[in-house]
Amino acid sequence: MEQETATFAVKKGLAQMLKGGVIMDVVTSEHARIAEDAGAVAVMALERVPADIRADGGVARMSDPELILKIMDAVTIPVMAKCRIGHMVEAQILEALGVDYIDESEVLTPADETYHIYKHPFKIPFVCGARNLGEALRRLGEGAAMIRTKGEAGTGDVVEAVRHARVIMGEIRRLQNLPEEEVMTVAKEWGAPYEGLLEVRSLGRLPVVNFAAGGIATPADAALMMQLGMDGVFVGSGIFKSGDPARRAAAIVKAVTHYQDAALLAEISRNLGEPMVGRAVSSIPAEELTAGRGW
Amino acid sequence: MKVGILALQGDFIEHQAMLLRLGAETVEVRLPQHLDGLDALIIPGGESTTIGKLAETYGLMEPLRQFGEQHAIWGTCAGAIFLSKDARRPQPLLGIMDIMVMRNAFGRQVDSFEVDLDTPFLPASNGHQKTFHAVFIRAPLIESVWGSARSLAALPNGRIVAARQGRLLATSFHPELTGDDRFHRYFLEMAK
Repeated sequence: MEQETATFAVKKGLAQMLKGGVIMDVVTSEHARIAEDAGAVAVMALERVPADIRADGGVARMSDPELILKIMDAVTIPVMAKCRIGHMVEAQILEALGVDYIDESEVLTPADETYHIYKHPFKIPFVCGARNLGEALRRLGEGAAMIRTKGEAGTGDVVEAVRHARVIMGEIRRLQNLPEEEVMTVAKEWGAPYEGLLEVRSLGRLPVVNFAAGGIATPADAALMMQLGMDGVFVGSGIFKSGDPARRAAAIVKAVTHYQDAALLAEISRNLGEPMVGRAVSSIPAEELTAGRGW
Repeated sequence: MKVGILALQGDFIEHQAMLLRLGAETVEVRLPQHLDGLDALIIPGGESTTIGKLAETYGLMEPLRQFGEQHAIWGTCAGAIFLSKDARRPQPLLGIMDIMVMRNAFGRQVDSFEVDLDTPFLPASNGHQKTFHAVFIRAPLIESVWGSARSLAALPNGRIVAARQGRLLATSFHPELTGDDRFHRYFLEMAK
């Protein structure tokens, strides 16, 4: 048999290699090296971390390819980059750059308010955010090879990531207990592809890796998301908006490995300097929230 | 047989599922004391820099080296890098296999691939030829083997992707991502 590239197994497989790890947002190659030295399994290359996107306002787009290429040169771990929801040309450009994963992300300003990118034909795998099982399965139907909770990026408030993890895991548990004749009606109610529900029902989990994202700022937050059943953690603003990024980054990496060991977590959490200031999600006007972006 | 799986980071659950299917008992290893009473150890795929850093931080380097003197260890992808004596860049390595590896030898994720390898040392499955369907993800190559290490499997172009040295086994690819448990059976035989 000839070598086959860009199969779903290798797309999904890279995410499987990232499990139990931390993917960190970085805006410079210097940040990228700090992240790699701290034990990140991958970095997300972007121009502004979500907290700054939130503060600056305006339209948030794909980063300058020059910046992404510099970050790719700086580290040996996988490099991810974000494109806007529905912006297939930004995704094509990221594919041409050879990034390792594309995040079709609600953190950027959506380019399309009705449709997402059809992701199957791309050679680069995609990760997409989800708030519930229906949304996760719609993204998988379009070809995503990895899912993350949306949370509420750039807030340092973990409450939305917890909500989305609870909803997804809860819906999986509920689905497993449904008699077959009820699955189709649930598919209608949840906006979920029927075949996808059947697969989740038999596996007892999503068929791809599911990370936590959106508001994780401390080692305890990261361990919480792992205890809720997530496969790993994205940390955006939480590291480089904190007082001592290198130290905090290394601590979050350790916390994801030792997420069940409270004595170690206590040790890991000591003397990390100031966390990012953060902003309670409940204090943010509805029109400024990003988790609702996605269709 | 009680098999540990280094669970610092990576796809350790996939290895665990395969071993449980074969009737082995499994233990997740995150700290040195978790090695007590194990018969063998698997180091999974993941990011070798992350696994190395966590192993150093939690005092696992020497205990793992000592474990390898007495017991079988198998490293897949990142695990193979971690076993090697030389990865051509500074990063924590156990350095217990006489192999030199090159990380990301095939390129980036876009170059990840699947291929059938000739594996005459494995039993034929279901009357098929003695090949193994191998999944390579940002995979390393085993550039050279020396000492008591020997090549076990290679790509059609001759580049080495699996090596064995006594009871140490290194594969560039991920048998744990397939439904084919013959490599895991082979390892359990080695570990006896």
